[in-house]
Amino acid sequence: MMAATVLAIIVQRNLFSVVVLAGVYSFLMATVLVALDAVDVAMTEASVGAGISTVLLLGALYLCGGEEAKPLSRPWLPLVVTLVIVAALVYGTLGLPAFSDPQAPIHTHVVPRYLTQALAETGVPNVVTAVLASYRGYDTLGETVVVFTAGIGVIALLRRRRRGKEDGK
Amino acid sequence: MRREPVLRVVGKLLIPYMLVFALYVQFHGDFSPGGGFQAGVITAAAIIFYALIFGLPAARRVVPEAVVEAMVALGVLIYMSVGFAGLALGGNYLDYFVLAHDPVHGQERGIFWVEIGVLVTVSGVMLKIFYVFAGRGRESGGG
Repeated sequence: MMAATVLAIIVQRNLFSVVVLAGVYSFLMATVLVALDAVDVAMTEASVGAGISTVLLLGALYLCGGEEAKPLSRPWLPLVVTLVIVAALVYGTLGLPAFSDPQAPIHTHVVPRYLTQALAETGVPNVVTAVLASYRGYDTLGETVVVFTAGIGVIALLRRRRRGKEDGK
Repeated sequence: MRREPVLRVVGKLLIPYMLVFALYVQFHGDFSPGGGFQAGVITAAAIIFYALIFGLPAARRVVPEAVVEAMVALGVLIYMSVGFAGLALGGNYLDYFVLAHDPVHGQERGIFWVEIGVLVTVSGVMLKIFYVFAGRGRESGGG
């Protein structure tokens, strides 16, 4: 079903349906994540991927029109580059431990301590929250700063342009 | 879209629940899926919903741009000041154990404030991006 959505996104020339299909794709992805028991991530995917980014893409669509432009030339070189990178990434996944292998390094290093001690050490039953905000507090601080920087960047870029336009009038 | 009575009524009915749900996701994030990031996105989505139905100026009146811009920075400041509070009370940066007499209680308190910081920054950034996009559309669309 996800593959069908992706194919529809590629084939569609009308950007409005592409945006809606991207939202559909996000919801399907969220369902997959729920099936994998990653409910926190699924929630983020559903709200950000299907909610906010759909609205933002629709806003961008309103600015630049709803039909995809025809490509000027046949993009063979980018296609080859993409295929090579895909091949390299797939080759890389062959080196990973098998899916849900209990002996994988990620399951033997610090995760047992998180799973068994998180409630006693932090008093928070949801291990994801405990890891996110306490054990990995620095990382979450970094993420928050990344979000902050992105916001500041957007403000700086779009605001200046708007002011320039007003000066032009 | 402003004259759509169905949308207006449904929006008025739904938006309070969306905000309450965001708060639930925020403060119940300790026990169930959720946390600052998700709650921030839901808060921003509720206000964006309001802006879509009632128009951008109405949303700007409810949540002025200056407040949104302040929120962007304020969240990071809350997060960092939790870290500095740990320093001031004799721990390492972002050490929550020292925030209360009981280490576990200190952890809970630290996580609580950190999540609030994330909520404030995330919802501020999302709203600000939407405002900027929608504002540009208004200028080029309406002349």
